[in-house]
Amino acid sequence: MKPAPFKYIRASSLDHALSVKAEYGDEARFLAGGQSLIPSMNFRLARPAVLIDINGLAELASVDLSGETRLGALTRYASLERNGAFLKACPLIAEALPHIAHPQIRNRGTIGGNLSHADPASELPAVALAMQARIRLKSSRGERELGASEFFVGILTTDIGPDEMLAEIVFPPPPPSTGTCFMEVARRRGDFALAGVVAIVSLDEEGCCTSIRVALCGVGDTPVDASAAAASLIRQRCTDQAIEAVAADVQRAIAPPGNVHASADYQRHVAGVLTRRTIAAAHQRAAHAA
Amino acid sequence: MQPDRHELALCVNGTPYQRTVEARMLLSDFLRHELRLAGTHVGCEHGVCGACTILIDGAPVRSCLMFAVQANGCELSTIEGLAAASGDLDPLQQAMHEHHGLQCGYCTPGILMTMTAFLKENPAPTEDEVREALSGNLCRCTGYQNIVDAVLAAAANLRAAAP
Amino acid sequence: MTTRFFGAPVKRNEDRKLLTGQALFIDDVELPGLLHAAFLRSQVAHAKIRGIDVSEVLKRPGVVAAYTAEDLGGYWRPGPLLVSPPPIPGIVFNERTHVPLAKEVIRCAGEPLAIVVAESRYIAEDALDDIVVDLEMLPAVVDLEKALKTGTAYVHDDLGNNVAAHVHQAKGDYAKAAAKAHLTLKRRFRYEHGISSPIETRGVVAQWDARAEHMTLWDTTQAPVFVRNVLAGALGLGEGQVRVIAPFVGGGFGPKIMMLYPEEATLPWIAMRLNRPVKWIEDRFEHFVATTQERGQIHDAEIALDKDGRILGVRDVFLHDNGAYNPYGLTVPINSQCTMLGPYVIPAYDSTFTSVFTNLPIVTPYRGAGRQHGVFVIERLLDLAAHALDIDRAEIRRRNFIPKDAFPYQNELIYQDFAPLQYDSGNYEPVLDKALKAIGYDNFIREEQPKLRAQGRCVGMGIACYVEGTGIGPYEGAKVQVRANGKVSVATGIGTQGQGHFTSFAQIVADQLGVDVTDVDIVTGDTDRFYWGAGTFASRGAVVAGNAVNEASLAVRKKALKLASDAFECSEDDLVFADGKVSIVGVPGKFIRLGDLAQRANPMRGAVKPGTEPGLESTQYFGPPSGATANGVHAMIVEIDPETFDLKVLKYVVVHDCGTVINPMIVEGQIHGGVAQGIGNAFYEKLSFDDQGQLLNASLADYLLPTALDVPRMELDHTVTPSPLNPLGIKGAGEAGAIPVGALFAQAIEDALELKRKSIELLEIPLSPSRVFELIREGER
Repeated sequence: MKPAPFKYIRASSLDHALSVKAEYGDEARFLAGGQSLIPSMNFRLARPAVLIDINGLAELASVDLSGETRLGALTRYASLERNGAFLKACPLIAEALPHIAHPQIRNRGTIGGNLSHADPASELPAVALAMQARIRLKSSRGERELGASEFFVGILTTDIGPDEMLAEIVFPPPPPSTGTCFMEVARRRGDFALAGVVAIVSLDEEGCCTSIRVALCGVGDTPVDASAAAASLIRQRCTDQAIEAVAADVQRAIAPPGNVHASADYQRHVAGVLTRRTIAAAHQRAAHAA
Repeated sequence: MQPDRHELALCVNGTPYQRTVEARMLLSDFLRHELRLAGTHVGCEHGVCGACTILIDGAPVRSCLMFAVQANGCELSTIEGLAAASGDLDPLQQAMHEHHGLQCGYCTPGILMTMTAFLKENPAPTEDEVREALSGNLCRCTGYQNIVDAVLAAAANLRAAAP
Repeated sequence: MTTRFFGAPVKRNEDRKLLTGQALFIDDVELPGLLHAAFLRSQVAHAKIRGIDVSEVLKRPGVVAAYTAEDLGGYWRPGPLLVSPPPIPGIVFNERTHVPLAKEVIRCAGEPLAIVVAESRYIAEDALDDIVVDLEMLPAVVDLEKALKTGTAYVHDDLGNNVAAHVHQAKGDYAKAAAKAHLTLKRRFRYEHGISSPIETRGVVAQWDARAEHMTLWDTTQAPVFVRNVLAGALGLGEGQVRVIAPFVGGGFGPKIMMLYPEEATLPWIAMRLNRPVKWIEDRFEHFVATTQERGQIHDAEIALDKDGRILGVRDVFLHDNGAYNPYGLTVPINSQCTMLGPYVIPAYDSTFTSVFTNLPIVTPYRGAGRQHGVFVIERLLDLAAHALDIDRAEIRRRNFIPKDAFPYQNELIYQDFAPLQYDSGNYEPVLDKALKAIGYDNFIREEQPKLRAQGRCVGMGIACYVEGTGIGPYEGAKVQVRANGKVSVATGIGTQGQGHFTSFAQIVADQLGVDVTDVDIVTGDTDRFYWGAGTFASRGAVVAGNAVNEASLAVRKKALKLASDAFECSEDDLVFADGKVSIVGVPGKFIRLGDLAQRANPMRGAVKPGTEPGLESTQYFGPPSGATANGVHAMIVEIDPETFDLKVLKYVVVHDCGTVINPMIVEGQIHGGVAQGIGNAFYEKLSFDDQGQLLNASLADYLLPTALDVPRMELDHTVTPSPLNPLGIKGAGEAGAIPVGALFAQAIEDALELKRKSIELLEIPLSPSRVFELIREGER
């Protein structure tokens, strides 16, 4: 399974990368970790005429925890796994990381590559959606920023324009007394999720829910924001009953496609189970954080 | 389209190489057919089986998911570099031999490289940790049990030998 | 014979090469001027070919040639029937063998349409896009039952139906037995096995030397001798003009013994035409459709029992998915048919199967070779009977075991080796007892399980028994030769794909000749080194080739004794072999080195007496009268998440009997690997074809092989009932681990989720969490 021919350009700077992309538009792809792109090229499903290798652009691999968490697109999963300060600042991403493929993949794969690939069963897009992350896109024309919900447009499709690069992801800090949880069901460790749920629960001093974010992976064409379905918990105590009701509402809100590994009904069923479990865990963690 | 060729200089097991290669040549093919280091094996070319795993600057990566040109300037380690110059097997290789951790041997290069890096970072792993680290390398022959035993034994031997 | 090595867990001779990356696998073969082939494969399962146009291909720089079926001219013909149908009365067998390149009709997705040869595989794959294929689509035959109804399309038009074979075998009178029964149970079972997916795919390198008129073929085949014979015939060459080398092979598991694959047939032809060596390496995507596989059977099976749970009879009617062509005959369904009898006394058995042509890849043996399907049916029937009669599941099996004094036990049916099925030896109860003890059977049922259930945990246990026919003929041979330097060279005709032949065979020789295991070098899989043989398949390597090695070693030992006794002028009884020497008992100072004896056996002067041969060597053959019957019991405890239905194996026990064991370390490794493949089959692996015969999950990302986190630690034990059918008493062990695992999972999952109480039955494999969820919901409705 050998890839089709392409022209290879090693970007010497961010400006260089962006100007080459502007020149070739959709005929060029950025080569970062390559862990999603190269398999699809080896299968000849992707045949870019030009590959712009951005692995040398160190400025894209920054991790800034000073205010909001800002991650450069070229940040490799493995470097996040080794960054103690980051793992503490972002326990939700920390919890999702071990589910992503395997260490050999995580040594090369980047979060920018993951988000721009936009596989609906992938973990980080759901995390980004739940956390209401902002995606910064750069081009030789300038920059723009959009919310995760506007970024993921369809199956394997994002709003990135033909001359744009995903440069940075910004994760706003959670409110105080927030607990998070990520869980997924996959056939084997590291496989894409059959269903995965991200829950972020914030509490007030009385232990009532002030905000709740729920997002899912693996159950739609894009990561699914099911926070509206969880809204019934706001200003309530997170009792088992209340959480059960939310899980049922989330099940009703999604339309999983089914695939070779799982029926749509199983995906829906598991989504409900995981919603219950993640909200309960996030709630517990929020209560501890208080 | 004329083939897009690039110069490449890298180091494999301490030996420097310079070549000119087509951009799309996979690193796995480069090692095996350009450098004739055929110890690294190809099992799937989509990054799942792990047979092609090598170390780049000490970190295990799938060589089928990199183009050779991307390894420019890098230090690579492959199975050919594990045994000593004298021919003595290293502790992990020796343990694999003693615990019957290989049958057909085709997945073995990827496992050796993955576990070499793993043991460096995790000198005293539990069985569960070894299995998790091994989960990115597929073996169809052994059922993994003897490989796990070999890695645990190698870890113990390395700890005992450490100063 | 001393037994210093035989029976010992000797470490492997072949490891060093493999551990240092020095072993030669097929893609490591590099030759000057090597060209690379890529095959254009059909993307559709059934179509008429209106035209295949390769004219654009040759314009591409780096392309050397392109071929379609037309270009093969007279060389194009359907391949030989490799395994004839067994001589079963009334058998219907419609021979339709595969072709080297599709001509006029495509019969399965993946069937090769054209070949491109280029300076690199990269360019060859580019050139596949240049080929223009004009097809008229036809409906695909995929569903087994629909394939036999009127109005269906035909995989082979000239046949007028989709029947590849129809076979009925029976013993006793089932109808009579059922009439007397206290209980009859009838169910429909579906069992699907999958692809072998060794980590190394297939490959062929063909090199033609026009001046020497000699063809060398490197091939990942499990049957180098047969490939040589068939190819030589096809190419119009003498057998001596063709050398087939199976180098180190990265796993075989059965499909690498299918022969005259299109790539094997065409690469040598291309090499002769182009006068340059050509290489083809199957990529992983191709492997899903280009290498044979196993798939499914649908069984409508019925069991009749008395009130004590003793089997009075079994009747089974099943459909077998054959795929588009049947070059390998009926091995898989015959195995299913025969292995269903298991270790049980089944006085009346009536089994009918229809092997069905489908527009899907060819089905040929993959580890277990259809035995899984048969074992699943009988084990599930017994579980259902145990539940209905309120008899403990281990007890009902015990009551039906063939007693140990009943061997050799005649099962009368014709088996895959064409001989009536005979179990040569066995003693089943101790195997069951050991397994029950090891799994903690009584304690689990009485204490562990209730305790854990009270905590809300869903834990369950499974036990499954099986018998495995192994070690069939026709024969194998071996040549053992002592060299002047005292080392021993051995060659045999079979190939090796990781089973440790380089060590286990050396152990046999080492004990016979008193040398060290490391002083014996074994060559397998090179037709220039050994001319005759069948191949590595059906768990027969150690039994048949091992015994041939033993016979040849014995013959060499006899010669050495004669030579030494002549030299010392003493009786042969006074001599002993040790440390590479033959010496007089009690007088270690009086010895001759084996190497020196070898030199004496090839004198420069003097006459070689009539009736002797020069050299300290011998070639001997071994052919068993029938197969030796191994058996075993697997037991497992699982825990299931009652909400997600994900499963974790908490404990796994295998007790097996493969007769005398040459190297227990190697046998245990074979069991480990077999169980891992069985777990893959039961729980992870499923080929998902759509109704147009397209494979939806043709990648390792979506066809799920078990990883180190999915295969549990196994506890192994064994008993030994030596086979009376060979001097060493060996039985085969290669497939044992894979055979009963489906039945085991079904039973354990039912137990864990207490499905019997809800009258929900698991009658199919594979069982993914999603499938279990669906079956429970269906059952609850």
